[in-house]
Amino acid sequence: MTAALSISLHVNGERVEAQVLPRLNLADFLREHLKLTGTHVGCEHGVCGACTVRVNGDIVRSCLMLAAQTHGATIETIEGLSDSGEIADLQAAFRDRNALQCGFCTPGMLVAAQDLLKQEAEPNRERIREHLSGNYCRCTGYQAIIDAVEDTGRARMGRTP
Amino acid sequence: MTVSTNPQALSVLDRPNSYIGRVVPRPNLERLLQGRGLYVSDMELPRMAHVVFLRSPHAHARIVSIDAAAARQMQGVIAVVTGVELAAVITPWVGVLTHLKGLKSAPQHAIAIDRVCWQGEAVAAVVATSRAVAEDAAEIVGIEYEELEAVTEMRTALDPATPVIHPSLGDNLAFERNLDAGAVDPAFKDSDAVVEAEFVFGRHTGVTLEPRAVVADWNAAEARLTIYQGTQAPHMVQNIAALHLGLEESQVRVVCKDVGGSFGIKVHIYADEMAVYALSKLLRRPIKFVADRVESFNTDIHARDHRCKGKIGVKRDGTIVAFEIDDLTGIGPYSMYPRTSAIEANQVVNLVGGPYTTKNYRARARVVFQNKNVMCQYRAVGHPIACSVTEGLVDLAAAKIGMDPVEIRRRNLIADDAYPCASPSGLRFEQLSHHESMSMLIGMMNYDALRTEQAALRTKNIHRGIGIASFIEVTNPSAAFYGVGGARISSQDGVAVRLDAQGSVICQTSITEQGQGSESLTAQIVGSVLGVSMARVRVILGDTDNTPYGGGTWASRGAGIGGEAAVQAAKVLRRNILDVAAAILQSSPTELDIANNAVVNAQDGAVRIELRELARIVYFRPDTLPPGIQPELMATRHFVPREYPFAFTNGIQAAWIEVDTDTGFVKLLKHWVVEDCGTIINPQLVDEQIRGGVVQGLGAALFEKCIYDERGQLTNANMADYLVPMSGEMPDIDIGHVVSPTRETELGAKGAGEAGTAGAAAAVANAVNDALRPFGVIITEIPLTPQVILTALGRI
Repeated sequence: MTAALSISLHVNGERVEAQVLPRLNLADFLREHLKLTGTHVGCEHGVCGACTVRVNGDIVRSCLMLAAQTHGATIETIEGLSDSGEIADLQAAFRDRNALQCGFCTPGMLVAAQDLLKQEAEPNRERIREHLSGNYCRCTGYQAIIDAVEDTGRARMGRTP
Repeated sequence: MTVSTNPQALSVLDRPNSYIGRVVPRPNLERLLQGRGLYVSDMELPRMAHVVFLRSPHAHARIVSIDAAAARQMQGVIAVVTGVELAAVITPWVGVLTHLKGLKSAPQHAIAIDRVCWQGEAVAAVVATSRAVAEDAAEIVGIEYEELEAVTEMRTALDPATPVIHPSLGDNLAFERNLDAGAVDPAFKDSDAVVEAEFVFGRHTGVTLEPRAVVADWNAAEARLTIYQGTQAPHMVQNIAALHLGLEESQVRVVCKDVGGSFGIKVHIYADEMAVYALSKLLRRPIKFVADRVESFNTDIHARDHRCKGKIGVKRDGTIVAFEIDDLTGIGPYSMYPRTSAIEANQVVNLVGGPYTTKNYRARARVVFQNKNVMCQYRAVGHPIACSVTEGLVDLAAAKIGMDPVEIRRRNLIADDAYPCASPSGLRFEQLSHHESMSMLIGMMNYDALRTEQAALRTKNIHRGIGIASFIEVTNPSAAFYGVGGARISSQDGVAVRLDAQGSVICQTSITEQGQGSESLTAQIVGSVLGVSMARVRVILGDTDNTPYGGGTWASRGAGIGGEAAVQAAKVLRRNILDVAAAILQSSPTELDIANNAVVNAQDGAVRIELRELARIVYFRPDTLPPGIQPELMATRHFVPREYPFAFTNGIQAAWIEVDTDTGFVKLLKHWVVEDCGTIINPQLVDEQIRGGVVQGLGAALFEKCIYDERGQLTNANMADYLVPMSGEMPDIDIGHVVSPTRETELGAKGAGEAGTAGAAAAVANAVNDALRPFGVIITEIPLTPQVILTALGRI
């Protein structure tokens, strides 16, 4: 253990100043220091995708990034994306399709799905399945999630699902 | 697609604006969608400390010494506790039940004392102000082990040369069951063909995305323990914790908020969880434990580690004349507590041959101890084994006599008009629909067209296969499952409903929610029976202080048992409301009804008094009611199945797959399921239970396996090496329903949570063998990895 480092960053639009140990990962920083518990920790080795957040516009596994690396960064978590309304339509589609059961994978899944929808207008099912293949869901079997993302993509292009 | 074979005159459930049978969104989704749920891993309490367990690196070893002196000196460390020290607070247990005759196990401690019996068993607990500090301290605890010979191979576990894991038990045999029904030997003798095969199943686990998590909070002043835990059965946890900590049940409260996946993984009592309860009592403060992923793989129950020899006799006309199985399973060093680890093998014996008419059935199941992680009940307990063996044998028999797999099933599935009837193993079936289900499936998948396509593609060296699997599923278990064996696991459930002071409804139920939709189905039922909109029904669950006593959610029981309790409680409340309304309105209850949150005329639907107004009068101006009226705007009812020990459901699945014979990869192209779970409360929830269940079965079919080496080391205890289904590999799954309600309840619902898992692997295995038929290859092992397939093809 070495000395704490000072970091300054923006999280969900709020400026955050913190002292963090070099070994603290971003997921633990968000959950334990900022109490943003919507970012879930499923594996702590970068496989399951439950801890996916947005850092400077890119999706990142927060368990694989150190808090110290986020100095000067802009971070958005599920709480911020919910409050800004950016993914309200995607969340509604998940609700309508029952695209979540236990809900533990859902924040990461939503962040990853929104990333795809921002990159590509109206991705097809195969693209959606491929893009979300880094996010585990043990409850749904994925089909309802694919449906919800597909519906949202279509609706954003002005088409009825 | 829904066909009702057995339309039932629904009374209170059939009313206008009923939510029964309708797709409505689950009320609890918004908080989960916004990341604002409350999982145990999110919880923090004042003075809360964190525990990290030191776990054995050996499968079998004597603990020579534990040196924690340096760790205890570390800043932030509160305690390092060994098994002996913790035993002063909590007593050991033995995971046996009396109805599983002969089942034996050894006393198990919360933390190992003197000896460890599997890699991952807890040896000491480090408690500190943070998890990071506890992990740092754990690194400097010195534990000396003397390694003992590990028993890992189930096939030799009973050999005289193999060490006995628990010498006091005499041998490594935990349980054996034998069954001999009908006249098996003459039947085989009369067969035109007999086929035998050994089916091998990979040991796998549930991989709940949220690991097991507990916060235990002993309040020394109240002499009360509050356990926050992601569990499927809060009252069971309450009973067990109290029993082993020397407390009354009233001194233990179990609270279960959001749970990040369960699938049967979280219906057991784990030694480390018991240790957390005890540590809180010992250290007089809240203690939090969240398993990390490596711990999850090493300590969450495993399941399905079976080798089952099977034999089928068949006539030339396709008549199946007998089944015989010899099942062997290794369950780890202890039978789990309190549900035991013999249930899975017992279910295999019960369920093999279940969909078929033959009365000739012989079975032996042996359950042996080994130095691996414990095995116990995981989603669809025993069903995938029984279904894979049965359906694998049926396909082998069909191939042997040159009959189509659909045709042999048509000739042997129990007729839809043959009910009630019983299986050779004594299972009683009230009403199943195998034939109608299969007909629907064949139509949905366009079977003949697929066969044509398959034949055409074969000429182009593309190898596709169709696999069919019929199954039965145990749901709505009565006390026959656990209670009769002495387990304090409730088979009844209770629901309390009350009208609040604004005319909304508060409903407390003893079933629990892990995402299945328990909250939704309860609100749908209560809203329908009462005539109240779902938005005005709030459901409370997962709290032993604040719900009626009951079993919880497992074994596909929530909707069928908890749902019926909700029907009955809501009926009483409805009657009570109408009694009060009649008094207020100077009318008679029979002339009144409740619809859209108001008391209305039964005749013409005209609104007489809003429930909000009725509640205001009852709670705040009872002085204005006629003399003598004592309104009762709360009602509680409990329900347990009494007529049938289990409400069996049935279904059938089909897989359409392609095998790449160069790489050994299997591509899942499409999957179909037709299922009959009786009354469907919410079609979307049922379909999603089935899809999720299918995908867990597909994981077992293709990917999932806990790989142990010969020394009992789990070699793939992480998510990168233990593969589970991802979205890119999964097919779309089409689902159809046949509806045969159980007449045992007014609701008519049977369970649906395990049907998908029961038959998926069998369908895929049959499809792979169908695809590989031109190569003369039969594979009876899952997971069907490229290595298994290429080995069978002689390519590697």
